[in-house]
Amino acid sequence: MKYSIFSLARAAFSGHKNWQRTWRDASPKDHYDVVIIGGGGHGLATAWFLASEYGIRNVAVLEKGWIGSGNAGRNTTIIRSNYGLPGNTGFYELSMKLWERMEQDLNYNTMVSQRGVINLYHSDAQRDAYARRGNTMRINGIDVELLDLAAVKKMMPFLNFDNARFPVQGGLLQRRGGTARHDAVVWGYAHAASALGVDIIQNCEVTGFSRDANGKVTGVETTRGTIGAGKVGMAVAGSSSRVAAMAGLRLPIESHVLQAFVSEAIKPLIPNVMTFGAGHFYVSQSDKGGLVFGGDIDGYNSYAQRGNMPVMEDVCEGGMALMPMIGRVRLLRQWGGIMDMSMDGSPIIDKTPVDGLYLNAGWCYGGFKATPGSGFVFAHLLARDEPHMEAARFRLDRFRRGAMIDEKGVGAQPNLH
Amino acid sequence: MRIVCPFCGERELGEFTYLGDAKPVRPAAGASHDEVFDYVYLRDNIAGETSEHWYHGGGCRAWLKITRNTLTHEISSVEPAAGVGAAKVGA
Repeated sequence: MKYSIFSLARAAFSGHKNWQRTWRDASPKDHYDVVIIGGGGHGLATAWFLASEYGIRNVAVLEKGWIGSGNAGRNTTIIRSNYGLPGNTGFYELSMKLWERMEQDLNYNTMVSQRGVINLYHSDAQRDAYARRGNTMRINGIDVELLDLAAVKKMMPFLNFDNARFPVQGGLLQRRGGTARHDAVVWGYAHAASALGVDIIQNCEVTGFSRDANGKVTGVETTRGTIGAGKVGMAVAGSSSRVAAMAGLRLPIESHVLQAFVSEAIKPLIPNVMTFGAGHFYVSQSDKGGLVFGGDIDGYNSYAQRGNMPVMEDVCEGGMALMPMIGRVRLLRQWGGIMDMSMDGSPIIDKTPVDGLYLNAGWCYGGFKATPGSGFVFAHLLARDEPHMEAARFRLDRFRRGAMIDEKGVGAQPNLH
Repeated sequence: MRIVCPFCGERELGEFTYLGDAKPVRPAAGASHDEVFDYVYLRDNIAGETSEHWYHGGGCRAWLKITRNTLTHEISSVEPAAGVGAAKVGA
């Protein structure tokens, strides 16, 4: 199925009754060259890049529920590449460039909207820190601008500029950042990967690993039978520790719950993605009109996919400090997703000590923007058995070596990242 | 989630701060590199019942050892942790 203006017109004139399934719901075969555990954005992107860039098409993606039912459908859909540390800067820019060509690559409308991401600053010290991060980005060829108060006032006149405690002084703006439709990203990768022969297998939970006498992983045990595999890749952020434990591994990861919120729909208000610099609150407005916002993780280990009131209160207070007029807007819905919080706040993409088992984990609460980049470098690792240049620092052994990528600088305390 | 503090009674979650899994024990001085690495970085990250340390900063400022199910947030026991909290109740 190829999508175009003509296919849309044809479908429209037949009352939209003749759309075909966009991807195949496959049944498991006995053996695949590569089995990816996890049918979220990262797993499906990995399968697509394996098939399209590395010529490995005998690939299965196994999903416990339905594709995109985990964090891929629970995030706040923000894409950006405004990172300051070596390792992160290059990787997230690789991902940003892949977002920019995603719709053409996949022949699927993922609604990538480069509406800009602005981080507001509220003190001289914060301005200096943002200027430093901006300079790092520019040295690496990434677009960014440091805006003063007048420029922010012009762009977002609705903010509270009379906040005596946390006055808005300006912001760091990445114009190429923005949002994308998260479900469409999942469906787009499924559509394109399936067309290249990748089997997407739903309702197939991995319950263990098959190993040979030398301990090498030779396949996976699932609720739909044993599936043989040349290599197995894990892309199950949130549940990485649980799946790795089946292979006898302990990871430098804790699972935490992150909440997100959507308000009732209002008229177009917020032109971009913006973050409050004096608390933890970020917001954008969906095409349907709802304000999509979030803040910190709850701070305690959880696999429950729901959070608690204190963080909800904290997030809403941040919103009120920035834009008191949203106080009359009602909250429409709220949900939680389970994050792989790593010990330095950065991801892990590496071979594991278990032969044949590869790990893509530790995305903390920033996994969505990384979706295409993560898929690309993980496919590279699976195909070539060596890390991609832009993921060379995301090694599992970096904690032992003391080579952390600690963007926030809080050390091995996952709930503070 | 509300926590029944043994000193203050039932209090809302915002009064408490989370430290993490109560199982890791700080290695003795002179412990091997592996033991220190294990203590600082590796976690069991259990899905189910686990014991953990919380701090009641918004109340009695005692350290607590709480048994909680990470799949449901259900709390089955709250007791003073060794140290300041234990001294308070003479444990």
